[in-house]
Amino acid sequence: MGWLRKEAPALLLLAALGLAPFAGFGEGYILTLLARAMILAMAAVSLSFIVGGAGLVSLGHAAMLGFGAYAVVILDDLQVVDAMVVLPVAMLAAAGFALVTGAIAIRTSGVHFIMITLAFGQMAFFTASSLSGYGGDDGYTLYARSEVNGTRILSDRLVFHFVCLGALTASWLLCHMLLASRFGRVLRAVRGNPMRAQALGFSPYPYRLTAYVIAGAIGGAAGFLFANATEFVAPAYISWQRSGELLFMVILGGLSGLHGALIGALGFVLLEEWLAHQWEHWRMIFGVLLILAVLFLPHGLAGLPAQLGRMLRRG
Amino acid sequence: MSLTLLLVQGLNGLQLGILLFLVAAGLTLVFGVMDFINLAHGVQYMLGAYFAAYFAAQTDSFWIALLLALPATLLVGLVLEFLVFRHLYDRDHMAQVLATFGVILILNDGVKLLFGSAPLQVPMPAALTGGFPIMDGLLYPHYRLAIIAGGLATAGLLWWLVERTRVGMLIRAGATNAPMVAALGVDIRRLFMLVFGFGAMLAGFAGVMAAPILSVEAGMGDNLLILAFVVIVIGGIGSIRGAFLAALLVGLVETLGRTMAPDLMRLFLDPSAARQVGAALASMLIYIAMAAILAFRPAGLFPVRAS
Repeated sequence: MGWLRKEAPALLLLAALGLAPFAGFGEGYILTLLARAMILAMAAVSLSFIVGGAGLVSLGHAAMLGFGAYAVVILDDLQVVDAMVVLPVAMLAAAGFALVTGAIAIRTSGVHFIMITLAFGQMAFFTASSLSGYGGDDGYTLYARSEVNGTRILSDRLVFHFVCLGALTASWLLCHMLLASRFGRVLRAVRGNPMRAQALGFSPYPYRLTAYVIAGAIGGAAGFLFANATEFVAPAYISWQRSGELLFMVILGGLSGLHGALIGALGFVLLEEWLAHQWEHWRMIFGVLLILAVLFLPHGLAGLPAQLGRMLRRG
Repeated sequence: MSLTLLLVQGLNGLQLGILLFLVAAGLTLVFGVMDFINLAHGVQYMLGAYFAAYFAAQTDSFWIALLLALPATLLVGLVLEFLVFRHLYDRDHMAQVLATFGVILILNDGVKLLFGSAPLQVPMPAALTGGFPIMDGLLYPHYRLAIIAGGLATAGLLWWLVERTRVGMLIRAGATNAPMVAALGVDIRRLFMLVFGFGAMLAGFAGVMAAPILSVEAGMGDNLLILAFVVIVIGGIGSIRGAFLAALLVGLVETLGRTMAPDLMRLFLDPSAARQVGAALASMLIYIAMAAILAFRPAGLFPVRAS
């Protein structure tokens, strides 16, 4: 019961997403929006896993999505469209990229880690731009969504909604369980005080690298879904602005737990969409809201209820 | 690839490096002294260009526009410091990054609201419209040479300020160990406001100088900001000398790489593949350089921070 109460925000949010199509949010346009929000939330959860859990602030996480998405593109070009093949390849490609770049990046820390992940992200971006066989800068339009057992079941909006929700839930659960395990405790010990963790006999490097690769694989899966959601892939998906956005979602939600990333990503995407319909220059309002959130919500959106509670008790 | 092209691209690279240095100088000092990551530094460059466009249209003179744009960017920098940044010094890097991103969104859309989303043009000052014959039959624009000269003069002035004056000494001390400087009785907040305002003005100056040769549009500072970050990381955070050398390096590699990489690749690949791979490689070069420097020399080429 303690676990249920502690994880109530995340569970309620996931449940609400499950009920949304039947509670008046079943229109095509809204389902498309929700799918995008859930996929980005999945990437944000995996980023929050390494940022909050291991102190690895990556500004190149969009590259993981990019590897997943471009795996879909390249296999589509080779006429391999079965999700049972495409998804594992997408995850492996992203995990491989994370392994190679992480092996170098994790030697650094702090601001230097931010910049080196940015550098690797930019390398992936320029590589994607040069793939003229797959559209280069203009991107590549998929013939159709990936098939499952030879059927086009993913093309059904409602099915796709629940596939995204299932993937998001699974990612959240996996990261959650990893953080609660002995592995996660070592990660947090290393984040808190690397020297003390080393004195206890833990070498931080393999733990951090493993976490980075796992986050990469989840990012790859999110990229697979993203490519399928839009049926179009372009290098812009890997730009540093996109990596920055993922990081902003995580920070906006709050780093105290994974549910922060869920709230941050959904809040970010939905607020953006809603504001964009209100006023042409909506980004000005969005910017003001971000600054206000930083100044007045030190624990992010996820910390808002506790903060309100404290204010009420104080009267 | 001819010698002429090499010369022209070398000068273009120098010019990009100079502009980068003016943006990176403020960024590296703010980062070095106050450990403050200011993503909104790039918009100061954009604002400099917009102020130049606005004042040039009002007064019909580039020079008056330059004189008015500098205090205007200084003022915006100080106002932003007062309204937002001042409240973020004690917060972690994450909070600073998110809030200064908010500032970027506001100002990028703000200039669209005020000036429209179509790019603006700034006419080149009449005195500098001609070209300078650097070789037989090849003119290099006076204006671009003036950018290089103006930037080098500013860099010299900055060097004198930082290395030879009392305020500069305090700034260098602050970059090495800020708490110690504060403990010795220096008002580090005021020092920082000074550094901040001056840095904002330098970025604005770069924007004014770039305005006649680029189109002035919202978001023009964003990509330059990332290059400026690359510069300060390569040069060593807080080091003006490092920022200067790294800026020239990045400017030259960016510009020369674009011309030379496709030619180099042609040695290994067929022409069309060489063009593609070369272009991708050229864009990547500075990031490869940065990753290598971070992996083997994490503190940059000229580290200043006391470890």
